[in-house]
Amino acid sequence: MATAIDAQPEAVLSNDEILRYSRHLIMPEVGMTGQQKLKAAKVLCIGAGGLGSPLALYLTAAGVGTLGIVDFDVVDYTNLQRQIIHTTNDVGRKKLDSAAEKLKAINPFLNLRTFETRLTSANALDLFREFDIVADGTDNFPTRYLVNDACVLTGKPNVYGSIFRFEGQASVFATEDGPCYRCLYPEPPPPGLVPSCAEGGVLGILPGLVGVIQATETIKLILGQGESLAGRLLLVDSLAMKFRELKLRKNPDCPVCGKNPTVTKLIDYEEFCGIRGQEEPAGNDVPSISVEDLKKKLDAKADIFILDVREPHEYQICNLSGYLIPVGDLPKRVSELDSSREIIAHCKMGGRSAKAVNFLRRSGFKKVYNLTGGITAWAEKIDPKMPKY
Amino acid sequence: MTKIQIPSPLRQYTEKQATVSVAAKTVGDALTGLVAQHPELKRHLYSDDGKLRAFVNVYVNDEDMRYLQKEATALHDGDTISIVPSIAGGLADPVPVP
Repeated sequence: MATAIDAQPEAVLSNDEILRYSRHLIMPEVGMTGQQKLKAAKVLCIGAGGLGSPLALYLTAAGVGTLGIVDFDVVDYTNLQRQIIHTTNDVGRKKLDSAAEKLKAINPFLNLRTFETRLTSANALDLFREFDIVADGTDNFPTRYLVNDACVLTGKPNVYGSIFRFEGQASVFATEDGPCYRCLYPEPPPPGLVPSCAEGGVLGILPGLVGVIQATETIKLILGQGESLAGRLLLVDSLAMKFRELKLRKNPDCPVCGKNPTVTKLIDYEEFCGIRGQEEPAGNDVPSISVEDLKKKLDAKADIFILDVREPHEYQICNLSGYLIPVGDLPKRVSELDSSREIIAHCKMGGRSAKAVNFLRRSGFKKVYNLTGGITAWAEKIDPKMPKY
Repeated sequence: MTKIQIPSPLRQYTEKQATVSVAAKTVGDALTGLVAQHPELKRHLYSDDGKLRAFVNVYVNDEDMRYLQKEATALHDGDTISIVPSIAGGLADPVPVP
């Protein structure tokens, strides 16, 4: 139950603040001392998106004195399904500006510091040194490893959360005696070759669930109360609404936080994750046809077979009246296709259909082509009345 | 029988099942049984040289098998194996295949 941050100079609470935080103050676990610790604390949030939204909102409401946010992105329409700090009016606006407005409205006592930059090996260490705790709300592997290493090197706890579809993970890494992210995952997965649409998507509430768990852990670290998730990996399955815990151990041979660390400065994380020198997405050398040429063929009533390799729920959103075989089912159902016909395969954006074309060609189909840009390109260039998703 | 919990990025290779049961005496046997039942899983769990991929962790109940006897860890009635891959966030990085 050790406090994870160094003792801070006393923060003074005004009468307004005492009234604002009364529901905290009347609990012995917080009290005046705890609220003063919150006010004196400095937390850095990496990302003002899905996880960052609830994190920043709740830390601000709770009275964390100084909040730093790192984000270089702009609000997109598709963000609104889950990034609840942003509203419809904010679409097109910098996420930092949008977030700052809402956070200041919730709590004018907040000292907000915004960093409109990409977190890199060049700036991370200096930035982290100015804060007590780092909350990682990012969405890619290179940054996660960067945040972890920088936290270990600067001695700042890393409140970790991550999500995928409807499942999440949460923990606290890089405390003095606890494991770091690399103790759990020494190496990142190699990057995918083609961006995957089929595996994408996230339940809108999920970053809310996990982000508030991160905010809770941050506040507990500041107060020195309760048992932190350091040394435990919390697994959240929102569909089953089951929470499981796995034990995490500090790896004595960890290259960053172990007894004989070999990583003593920040590295090139894109290279570490194998992203530099990555191959061109496989779609580029697959025999293809453009949406314009497909339209010409359809208008000329050419004898073509349109194969839709998306999932049934996508077909319901919009379709080209294609024959639906989801890409994952193709090996089992390839006998339903006639290799003597000209087949044009499409998916949402061209990634899955490229895989399908490669598979069919390897299986002996000669007249099969990928629709470049997928049904999205069709909606953009040929039929604007078709919904995009 | 041992239950193996399948993480959501890998369920597309187990016909959408979240749990697969195998008969096995050790963790290694259980994983071998798993990929025998669902061969598509193999390249996601194992690299070409037959080693378990570094971004995939295997737990027996709540203990990381690396801190037990690894693949030789003995299994008892009612044990659960969990496969826990690294995930990165809302951008939904799947467990990719090189």
